[in-house]
Amino acid sequence: MHKRITCTVCPLSCEVVLEIGENNEILSLTGNKCARGKTYATKEHTAPERTLTTTVRIKGGVHPLLPVRTDQPIPKQKLREAMLATADLVVEAPVIMGDVVVENFLGLGVNLIATRDLDRVDQGSTESVGTKNLR
Amino acid sequence: MNSQAKTRKAVQVVVIGGGIMGTLVARELSRYELDLLLLEKEAEVGWGTTKANSGIVHAGIHEDPGTLKAKYCFPGNQMFPKLCEDLDVSFRQNGILVVALSEEEMDMVHMYYQRGLERGVPVRLLSREEVLAQEPNLTPEVVGAVFAPEGGSVMPFELAAAAMENAVANGAELMVESPVINAWAEGSKKYLETPTHIIEAEIVINAAGLFTDDIARMFGDDYFSIEPRKGEEYLFDLEFEGLVTSTIFPVPRSQVSKGILVIPTSEGNLMIGPTSDHVGLKDDLSTSYQGFERIFSESRRLVPGLDSRKIIAQFAGLRAASDRSDFIIEFSPSVPGLLYLAGIESPGLTAAPAIAADVPKMLEEQGLKLVPKGNFQPRREGVVRFRLLSREEQDELIRQNPAYGRIVCRCETVTEAEIVDAIRRGARTLDGIKFRTRAGAGRCQSGFCQPVLMEILSRELGIPYEQVSKRGSGTEQVQYKAKELLGKGVS
Amino acid sequence: MRRLEVDVAVIGGGPAGLAAALAAHKEGAARVLIIERNHELGGILQQCIHHGFGLHRFKAELTGPEYAQRFINQVRETDIQVLLETMVLEVTEDRTIYAVNSSEGMLEISAKAVVLAMGCRERTRGALRIPGKRPAGIFSAGTAQRYINIDGYIPGRKAVILGSGDIGLIMARRLTLEGAQVEAVVEIMPYAAGLARNVVQCLEDFDIPLILQSTVVDIHGEDRLEGVTIARVDEDWKPIPGTERKIDCDTLLLSVGLIPENELSGGAGVELDPITNGPKVDDTLMTSIPGIFACGNVLHVHDLVDNVSKEAERAGAFAAQYARQQLSAANRRIKVEAGENIRYVVPHEISLDKPVEFFMRVQRPEDDVFLDLGGLRTVKKPFVRPSEMLNITLTPEVLGKLQGDALTVRIVSQKEVDVDA
Repeated sequence: MHKRITCTVCPLSCEVVLEIGENNEILSLTGNKCARGKTYATKEHTAPERTLTTTVRIKGGVHPLLPVRTDQPIPKQKLREAMLATADLVVEAPVIMGDVVVENFLGLGVNLIATRDLDRVDQGSTESVGTKNLR
Repeated sequence: MNSQAKTRKAVQVVVIGGGIMGTLVARELSRYELDLLLLEKEAEVGWGTTKANSGIVHAGIHEDPGTLKAKYCFPGNQMFPKLCEDLDVSFRQNGILVVALSEEEMDMVHMYYQRGLERGVPVRLLSREEVLAQEPNLTPEVVGAVFAPEGGSVMPFELAAAAMENAVANGAELMVESPVINAWAEGSKKYLETPTHIIEAEIVINAAGLFTDDIARMFGDDYFSIEPRKGEEYLFDLEFEGLVTSTIFPVPRSQVSKGILVIPTSEGNLMIGPTSDHVGLKDDLSTSYQGFERIFSESRRLVPGLDSRKIIAQFAGLRAASDRSDFIIEFSPSVPGLLYLAGIESPGLTAAPAIAADVPKMLEEQGLKLVPKGNFQPRREGVVRFRLLSREEQDELIRQNPAYGRIVCRCETVTEAEIVDAIRRGARTLDGIKFRTRAGAGRCQSGFCQPVLMEILSRELGIPYEQVSKRGSGTEQVQYKAKELLGKGVS
Repeated sequence: MRRLEVDVAVIGGGPAGLAAALAAHKEGAARVLIIERNHELGGILQQCIHHGFGLHRFKAELTGPEYAQRFINQVRETDIQVLLETMVLEVTEDRTIYAVNSSEGMLEISAKAVVLAMGCRERTRGALRIPGKRPAGIFSAGTAQRYINIDGYIPGRKAVILGSGDIGLIMARRLTLEGAQVEAVVEIMPYAAGLARNVVQCLEDFDIPLILQSTVVDIHGEDRLEGVTIARVDEDWKPIPGTERKIDCDTLLLSVGLIPENELSGGAGVELDPITNGPKVDDTLMTSIPGIFACGNVLHVHDLVDNVSKEAERAGAFAAQYARQQLSAANRRIKVEAGENIRYVVPHEISLDKPVEFFMRVQRPEDDVFLDLGGLRTVKKPFVRPSEMLNITLTPEVLGKLQGDALTVRIVSQKEVDVDA
């Protein structure tokens, strides 16, 4: 059986064709112009991973949502479960970029981290407009 | 809701329809000690045919002699400067130019000129050189033209909304999202049923635009019909402001329509259109490729420099054309105290103030006693247009009210204070704000400011964000909270 | 009226403005001011919560907010002044800026140099003249992104996306992750407009169909969107009768192009390039008005924020030099011209005494070609695409060899190169 995977490592976007055997093993692999393409296509077939980027609710902040990400890619098939898991989360402001929102997210050994500072809604509010230095 | 559960209400006079006709009538009648109610089916007044009207205040030379259109058009035209000044609505008296592109067409131009002279309409005949000196961007094929300097343009919604505000300020009542779903007469009393109310009235003025015939039929009158006639219009980026000064008319090639025009609107955007097509449905407001092709090629005959890449918006409207091809201004032959103001199509906007001014007399002839109010306030005051003020005036305003310092709509320079004021004066929807303040009407078409407008509406009206709508129930913009579609709600 | 005097005023606090302000400061400008209309810095990056930013600059795949935060943190360490929730109303030819906010009122800011960094806006339905009714439920992709990622609302549950540029692809994924159903992404060209990696990670991952060579020809629904009709198009982008098909949906996202936001620039009298819709600039990124510079998406629409930062740093540094009156006018001015298969090149004019980074886009895709810069450099390109901006730096040593008064950038086929050689 043939499977086509577009490599996304560099802008060439080679179309790699894999020949797949009965036990889902890779029998052969062609179309890649470099070795990174082989590594990518192999991983995409055997254990595809994706970084999850989403938002979680945050209380008391200047926004109602905090953007977050997994600090490492997670298995692609876990994305839906991950979204459901983040849907109930509520974090409290203030938050600093890099703060761990959930440690060992879904037991996958990765953390869910904040991707920005998010101030409390009354933090420096009297100075939020007007000529000032950002603190 | 069944009839038993509806609220019952008795008033002296009900106006059905908050278009330009109904709102001007309401204002006229609010001069008198009257118990007055206006029923409007949409979420805002002026959102039927009026909303899509091209806004031209005609000169009074197009209408056939002996018609009601001819009777009321020029008098209406003459009322516009004072009316707009009183209501603080911008009226641009930029004149109307009917241009001939051939000698045959010049015969029609001469005919309009003569007609103007006979009616007392200020008109001038212009040679080719004079036309091109006045409008250098017109096609060099022009042969001559008739110029009516007292024609102009307004924003029809703005005028209707302002008239209604003034009527309400003078004691009239307004009920929106209140279509008349049933109507009947019992002796001298007339009854109107809306989704929430049953209203008993002595006098009913039917100014329901596209639906005047449907309501007439509810009362048992089936002797006229309203046929929707669609017109599409296309709006250009403000960049084309000033390409032409007056509204440019061709010599009409049909009996029914005045042709496709090039219209400098009073807000600055150049507009082209309208088409004139019979459509079956009274709610078909779709625009089309064919409509665009026709409008663009016709208007380019007049003004070759038009560039279709600079079009920022398009819309369509439905004229309430009567089967008489003239206004229907008369009392019902079968139901006493029921006045029809129907078929108010072009030059309806122009004629409306003159028709409204005649209504009190018509009601008196029917036996209604009209006592003028001592404290009638004809003027609407206090409307701020921040973008038109000087830097010093803008600065001063912000000191008085910091909400003037928060610009919400960048493209049209509209402040939070103006938006809050528009809501307090009656806007309840995104389009209501857009039509009153121009927030969202500019080059990015609310791409940038819509979420902020939603937030302000939600806050000022005390409704959840998800209930804020584009133009009334059923047109809510965002339907779900974050995470809701994952089966999780936000508390 | 509150009056301020600054050395360098930067209009816009997004990625371009932040980098320009930092560079001006680093170059020694004493009073640097950022004027930002939002209540926080970061610009559009704050709603771009997906990753893929900063691969070149930081050797990492950051999310938009992370990329922005790095610059915001740097600005915090300096004495760069920031005006938030402040809207610029006017920029004059003599570099006076009028801006308003609710605490200061009207501000009249005199700047020795101005950097325009206002970014861009999205093309609208009206500009496309998509026919049909006008129900609720139609959004430009960026506005929908803001609702979902900042305000916390999902427009609808069943969406069609018109346009397969990166914004459209990203939103396809975002909507799907938040539980909505994306029925299709519809693209008028015969190929996806965005990066291949986005086609994979936003469409293929979720089995979202990509319908090429098609467009939306009708919109259905009175109050709320009920569906769209799509049709295939021919090479002239005209719908082919008989190919129409209806897709039920309650949300339509439009990802159909970005337009640099140059209203203020035009008001100052800055000359604009009708192809880029941005100012014409020289190799210091100065516009046709002395002391007014431009960078980022306001100058031309970029693909990579890394390039925005690079370009902005250049503009900020030169703006600081100009403010100190240390930017000398060059004696020899060379026009840069867009030749064969080049849609535009920035900058439009150069001197030959400084290194210049050229940014350009091709008109149409081609494979196995060469990029030729005025005969001075020829670079082999296995493929060129309109959606992927090209950039190349030439040094004064190389530039000095230019013959004539114009430098033409063009795409050349293999055969031509062989012939020229």
